[in-house]
Amino acid sequence: MPLSPAPVLAKPKALRRERPGDEDTNPMTLEEIKNLLFCQVLTHDADLSVEVDTVLASDGMSEILAFHRPGALMITGLTNIQSVRTADIADVRAIVYIRGKRVNEKAMDLARQKKIPVLTTKLGMFDVCGILREHGMKGAM
Amino acid sequence: MSEELFKRTFKIQSRNFDRAGENSSEIKGILKGLNLDSEIIRRAVVVAFEAEMNVVMYARVGTLTFLITDEDIHIDVMDEGPGIPDIEQAMQEGFSTATDEMREMGFGFGMGLPNIRKHSDTLKIESQVGKGTALSASIRLNSNA
Repeated sequence: MPLSPAPVLAKPKALRRERPGDEDTNPMTLEEIKNLLFCQVLTHDADLSVEVDTVLASDGMSEILAFHRPGALMITGLTNIQSVRTADIADVRAIVYIRGKRVNEKAMDLARQKKIPVLTTKLGMFDVCGILREHGMKGAM
Repeated sequence: MSEELFKRTFKIQSRNFDRAGENSSEIKGILKGLNLDSEIIRRAVVVAFEAEMNVVMYARVGTLTFLITDEDIHIDVMDEGPGIPDIEQAMQEGFSTATDEMREMGFGFGMGLPNIRKHSDTLKIESQVGKGTALSASIRLNSNA
């Protein structure tokens, strides 16, 4: 029986980009991100109307610093004080902690002091990045 | 000859991960108060922070001297510690001698020294094994790497 040619699948729009920055990003508010990722907001006085347009996602803090852009959203599974220190140094606009990890109290104290909004989601890194990418956010790396 | 505008030396507490980076955070505040270009500030603060973290993680004791002139920002970090046997190797992205404790803090993935080089205009590192390391970096105020 002759083999039929493999069906040609349309490439999803989100995967067409060749390099970061090749297309326009779609800024989102923290409120929209909170709803998309089913987040809990840990800094209760945070202004959720703040917009972010790029994402830094890593558990390695030097990775965040190597590719930082001002005003980016930081996604990480590292929940100790150094994650907030790095966010402050990199001028990150807000942090989303993944995998539902418990955030260190010293980290929360520093986030409140530096006025960095902190959100937490039970989703993992892959899903968080996929959802944000699907909604038009781009990576800073 | 450039004119010295501000100089301060900070002591870095080795192994104190809770306070690690506080000096760099203070430097960020000082630079913001001087209304410098935000990109220059970010580069200087990343250099200071990565250098500070290296001392916290590896050395017994260290200092960070922060100097602003009318031409550039200097960050000089000196420590007493194990030193770096092969500086060229240490400058390669991904090379690391970090312990599990350092990695748990989110550092030690072989990006620290490369980050310092990436964000500075000049960089000089001298090290003696068993004695310590001296790192001297500068960022020109009119540069935008």
